[in-house]
Amino acid sequence: MAGVFSLVLVIAATVFLVVAAGVVYSSIRYRSRGLGAPEPKQIFGSRKLEVVWTVVPLLIVTGLFIVTVRAMVLIDAPQNSTHPPELVIIGHQWWWEARYPDGVVATGDIHIPASRRLLARIESADVIHDFWAPDLARKMDAVPGRWSYIWLEADTPGTYAGTCSEFCGAQHAWMRFRVVAETEPSFEAWLQRQAQPSLAPRGIAVEGARLFQTRKCGDCHAVTAAGAVSPAKGPNLAHLASREFLGSGISRNTPESLMLWLTNPQAAKPGNRMPDTKLSANEARALLAYLESLQ
Amino acid sequence: MSDWLCAIDHKRVGILYMLSALLFFLAGGMEAMVMRAQLAAPGLKLITPEIYNQMFTMHGTTMIFLVAMPILTGFGVYLVPLMIGANEMALPRLGALSFWLQFLGGVLLYLSFATGAAPDAGWFSYAPLTEKAFSPGAGLDYWALALLMITGGSVGSAINLIVTIATQRAPGMTMRLVPLFVWMTLVASIMIVFALPALAASLVMLLSDRLLHARFFDPAQGGAPLLWQHYFWIFGHPEVYIVVLPAFGMISEVIPVFSRKPIFGYPFVATSTVAIAFLSYGVWAHHMFAVALGRNFLAIFSAASMLIAVPTGMKIFSWVATMWGGSIRFTTAMLFAVAFLLEFTVGGLSGVAFATVPVDWQMTDTYFVVAHIHYVLFGGTVFAVLAGVHYWFPKLSGRLLDEKLGRWSFWLIVLGFNTAFFVQHFLGLLGMPRRVYTYPNLPWFGALNVISTVGAAILVFGILLFCANIAMSFFFGVTSGDDPWNAWTLEWAAASPPAIENFAEIPTVRSRRPLWDQKHPEAPDWSEA
Repeated sequence: MAGVFSLVLVIAATVFLVVAAGVVYSSIRYRSRGLGAPEPKQIFGSRKLEVVWTVVPLLIVTGLFIVTVRAMVLIDAPQNSTHPPELVIIGHQWWWEARYPDGVVATGDIHIPASRRLLARIESADVIHDFWAPDLARKMDAVPGRWSYIWLEADTPGTYAGTCSEFCGAQHAWMRFRVVAETEPSFEAWLQRQAQPSLAPRGIAVEGARLFQTRKCGDCHAVTAAGAVSPAKGPNLAHLASREFLGSGISRNTPESLMLWLTNPQAAKPGNRMPDTKLSANEARALLAYLESLQ
Repeated sequence: MSDWLCAIDHKRVGILYMLSALLFFLAGGMEAMVMRAQLAAPGLKLITPEIYNQMFTMHGTTMIFLVAMPILTGFGVYLVPLMIGANEMALPRLGALSFWLQFLGGVLLYLSFATGAAPDAGWFSYAPLTEKAFSPGAGLDYWALALLMITGGSVGSAINLIVTIATQRAPGMTMRLVPLFVWMTLVASIMIVFALPALAASLVMLLSDRLLHARFFDPAQGGAPLLWQHYFWIFGHPEVYIVVLPAFGMISEVIPVFSRKPIFGYPFVATSTVAIAFLSYGVWAHHMFAVALGRNFLAIFSAASMLIAVPTGMKIFSWVATMWGGSIRFTTAMLFAVAFLLEFTVGGLSGVAFATVPVDWQMTDTYFVVAHIHYVLFGGTVFAVLAGVHYWFPKLSGRLLDEKLGRWSFWLIVLGFNTAFFVQHFLGLLGMPRRVYTYPNLPWFGALNVISTVGAAILVFGILLFCANIAMSFFFGVTSGDDPWNAWTLEWAAASPPAIENFAEIPTVRSRRPLWDQKHPEAPDWSEA
């Protein structure tokens, strides 16, 4: 991909320089010598030149087309694969859900093993989104009602940025995600940890856990990573406290910003789909304690 | 006043088109400035995301449908009869109807602001975001109805131009002898007649979904979101050439006159226009490369999109070759034309980058696209129109635009435009998606965005200076005479401004440059064969 881009850049720069040289040279060399200047020689064209500047660009784009097709074959994943995908990525207004074969669900950070390519399936739960992790894969539209496949591959372990790249409504700007590429053992360990439930709540968090049920938070949000309905209605909250960001990147995961989600979700992320919770201050504190206990 | 409201004379209708385009240009420019202000630094909260989304939707829709198309139609309606030696359009009443449909469509679009819900799904409004479930407000209904009116107006004026060019040419003016602006306006008009119905059809489907509970685009009910994209882009890509070809025509008039040479390779320039028109109907899916449509399907559209660079490149080389060996007068009109050549080349070349599918798979829907379309439509079309305004203003008004103000506005516009948009290539390469109301504080994002915003402010200043020049020169400008540029096409044989009846006596035409023949009887362009 970088090679194809460099090639296009070199071709474009060369063509631009040829045109610019012609324009600049003519502008200086053939500037009028004042109003009384005689009319220059009237030239109506040159068949030979015209054929040259038709055929040469034709050859250039033919070469570019061959390079294009070869790169496409290398980059693009098979769209009618019989292999089940290793990862299903679902776009929602305005967050990403990643589902792993053994039922683990992740929101926000998508973990993958590094150094090998994964077949990932891209879906949408509502409108058209686009999954774009520039360092790891081609861009792929998430179209509702369609399954699309990409190869997702990180050469080295690390954290890679990604974002939605198709306008999808009010909060398109904050539909960012991260891909965390790890060595195979630490990826497996992460999967295991993710599947475990968090420690049982204690103290005020017990009341929070109760509120989570009675206030129907659980209608949209699951708190365990395994066995949640697909696609989820709201972001999965398993191990929420261990996340770095909230709201697909709109804020850091601090008690203050989490509290804002509980008390005034439309202020936390204007336009998002979460209804007003109508919690009292005490209830919000208990719920916050519960969510903070989801390590 | 009623003279203008009831005007059917092509010159008045043409000027109405131009004034309405200027009005909406200022509105669309204001929307752009609101966006640039909001993006000046990461995390700003000057406006809400909803307002931001309304701004870019209205900006795009305005600039395409209420500025680019009407200004080019306006020039076409004003100039085509004069250039082909006719006294009127073939269908004057259709001309007036077309204008008012277009203009009132624009008014309807802007009335949506009064409901508190301007359309906010982008100028190409992808389904199913536009369905009632996701966009419950009335904004998109206004959008679709307004565009239907504008579609009707555009097709009406296109038919009028086609019939006029086909039937009203002066004796002797065969299709091989018409000025290139007329030729390209003809091709663009034919393209309008074939492309706009696809838009109308998609709008009717959208309105049916939204108002009549149809389900064309709802996947849960067996509809297909991608159907919208196919329909929209079958219209949408020819549309790009619809708003570029007449601008090419303007450049093809301005450069020869100020280089004192005929256009280099008229037949190639004219036929390459037809080639562009045909190819433009076979490239629509390059707007959909990020959809998994199948590799072979994409490859065909990649090939067609690359091919279209060839006839476009032919034109650019022809214009440069026209300057070569000439005796170039750098009037403000010529300055804009030369800047057009360089900027449009940049926009065309970044277009080739998008035809290269693997590059598109990274760069589509980023600021690289925003830079690309603005180099094509602003650096290209708007610069060509500015060249055209400076060139033809004396014909419209009988007065010259002030050259000193013209030069100031030119340099401000060039500086502002390139500052605002060149850095957006880098923003795209760094990974900034388009249509985001804000962005995280990533390396370079803040710096490049603030540069872009400063450039936009300079650009606005240049445009305002240009408007001031128009207003002042209209009242106080130096009288131009009928033919201030020593030009060659028939409009310069008419009075400035032309009388109601353009030509007291319809001239007979024997070459592409009838006024050259008149001025150089010893060496006319034609010869007795």
